Amino acid sequence: MGHFFWSVLLRDLTLAGRRRSDWLIAVFFFVMVSSLFPLGVGPEPELLKRIGPGVLWVAATLASLLSLSRLFEDDHRDGSLEQMVLSPASTVQLVLGKAAAHWLVYGIPLLLIAPVLGIQFNLPSDAIVVLVVSLLMGTPILSLLGAAGAALTLGLRGGGVLLTLLILPLYIPALIFGAGAVDGVMAGTGAEAHLSLLGAFLLVSLLVAPWIAAASLRVSLE
Amino acid sequence: MTDPALAPALTIHDLACERSERLLFKGLSFGLSASQLLLVQGGNGQGKTSLLRLLTGLGRPDAGEVRWRGESIARCRDRYHREMAYLGHANGIKDDLTPVENLRFHVALHGRLFEQAQALDTLKRLGLSRCLDLPCRALSFGQRRRVALSALLLAGASLWILDEPLTGLDVTAVALVEGLIRDHLHAGGMVVATTHQVMNLAGVDVQRLVVGPSAASPVNAAESH
Repeated sequence: MGHFFWSVLLRDLTLAGRRRSDWLIAVFFFVMVSSLFPLGVGPEPELLKRIGPGVLWVAATLASLLSLSRLFEDDHRDGSLEQMVLSPASTVQLVLGKAAAHWLVYGIPLLLIAPVLGIQFNLPSDAIVVLVVSLLMGTPILSLLGAAGAALTLGLRGGGVLLTLLILPLYIPALIFGAGAVDGVMAGTGAEAHLSLLGAFLLVSLLVAPWIAAASLRVSLE
Repeated sequence: MTDPALAPALTIHDLACERSERLLFKGLSFGLSASQLLLVQGGNGQGKTSLLRLLTGLGRPDAGEVRWRGESIARCRDRYHREMAYLGHANGIKDDLTPVENLRFHVALHGRLFEQAQALDTLKRLGLSRCLDLPCRALSFGQRRRVALSALLLAGASLWILDEPLTGLDVTAVALVEGLIRDHLHAGGMVVATTHQVMNLAGVDVQRLVVGPSAASPVNAAESH
C-alpha cells in the first residue's frame, strides 16, 4: 500500500488522539443504547439471550453512523480535503486511509467492549467469541460503506440525516450475517456459513466502496 | 514555439464556466510560460475563484480544456499535480496539529521526503519561530496563512495557483509574499494569482487576465515602479 495511505492514516490517528471526546462519545453511545434494552424489556434471561446479538449489532451500526457524518466534513471545512484530492497519489488511497483510521478509532473500541455487553445479555461464552469475530469482520464494512456515504453527502444541507437514510439499508446484509452468526452458534447450527457470507461482503465492500467514495469526493468538491 | 523552454507550459483553450445556469465566462484562452506571473482580475463574483479551481483540476470546465505541457490535465493528473501547488481561500491547515506536523503531512501529500530542518527554516523565514510547538488553533488568522504559505514553499512545485494569497497578512508578510513570488519566478517557476491588493512586482513578467462575461482577453503589461 502506498506511502500516501500511511500518511493519511497516521494523520487521522494523531487527530483522533488530540480529540479524545469524539471517540469516547461513540463508545458511550454504544454502551448506553445496548444497556437500555435490558432495562426496557425486563430482566428475563432467556428473552435477553434471544435479542442480545441483534441489539448489540444494531447499536454498533448506529454508533459507527454517529461518527461517520464528520469523516470528510472537518477536512472539507478547513480546506485540507482539497489539498488531499490535489495530491498526485490516488484519491482511493485517501479514502482507504481515512476508512482505516475510522475503523481503528471507532470500530476497535466497540470490539473490546462488546464482550462485557454480551455478558449483560446473558450470552454464553462461545457466542461472545463469535460476536467479537463477527464485529471484527463487520465493523470494517461499516467504515468502508460509511465512507462512500459520507463522500456522497458531503457539503449537502442536512447531510447527516441523508447519510443515515442512504447508508442504513446498505448495512442490512452485515447486520443479518453478523447477528445471524451469533444466533447460529447459540442454536447449534454453527456460525461458519454466516461468517463466510460476512467475509464475502467485506471483500466486496473493500473492492467497491473506496472507488465510489473517491469519485463522489471529486464530484462534491467541484 | 521552436524552443521548448519558451513554449507555454500551462495553456487554456476556449474555456467556459457556468455557475447555477449563469455564464461566468466563455472563450477564455491564454498560455503561461516559465518565469511568468498571471494576475487574474475581475470584481467579486466574476469567476476568478472558479477559473482557478478549473486550473487546479478541482472543477471541470463546461467547455474548453486546460493543458499542462501540451496534454489535457484530466489525462495527466498525477504528473500535473506533482508540479502544481494550490492555496485556496481555506488554508488546508489542521487546527489540532502544530505547524511542523501540518508541514510534514503537506510534504507527504506531494510525495516528497520530509526534512525537519528544512521545514523549521521555512517556518522561521515566514516569521513563525515563536509558535513552532503550539497547535495551529492557538495561532492568529494571519499566522495560519503563513503556515499554509510554508507548505506551498515545501511542496516544491513549479506552478503555484494562489487564490487571494494576501488576505489577512500584515505589511511585512505582504512584502515577504511578494519576495517569495519574485524568487519563485526568477527560479523559472510560474504563478497564477488573484488579488485585490496592489502588489509590488518590479522586474517580473506580469500577464493580466480580466475575467467576466463581457471581456476576456489577456493583456501584456510591463510593470513600472
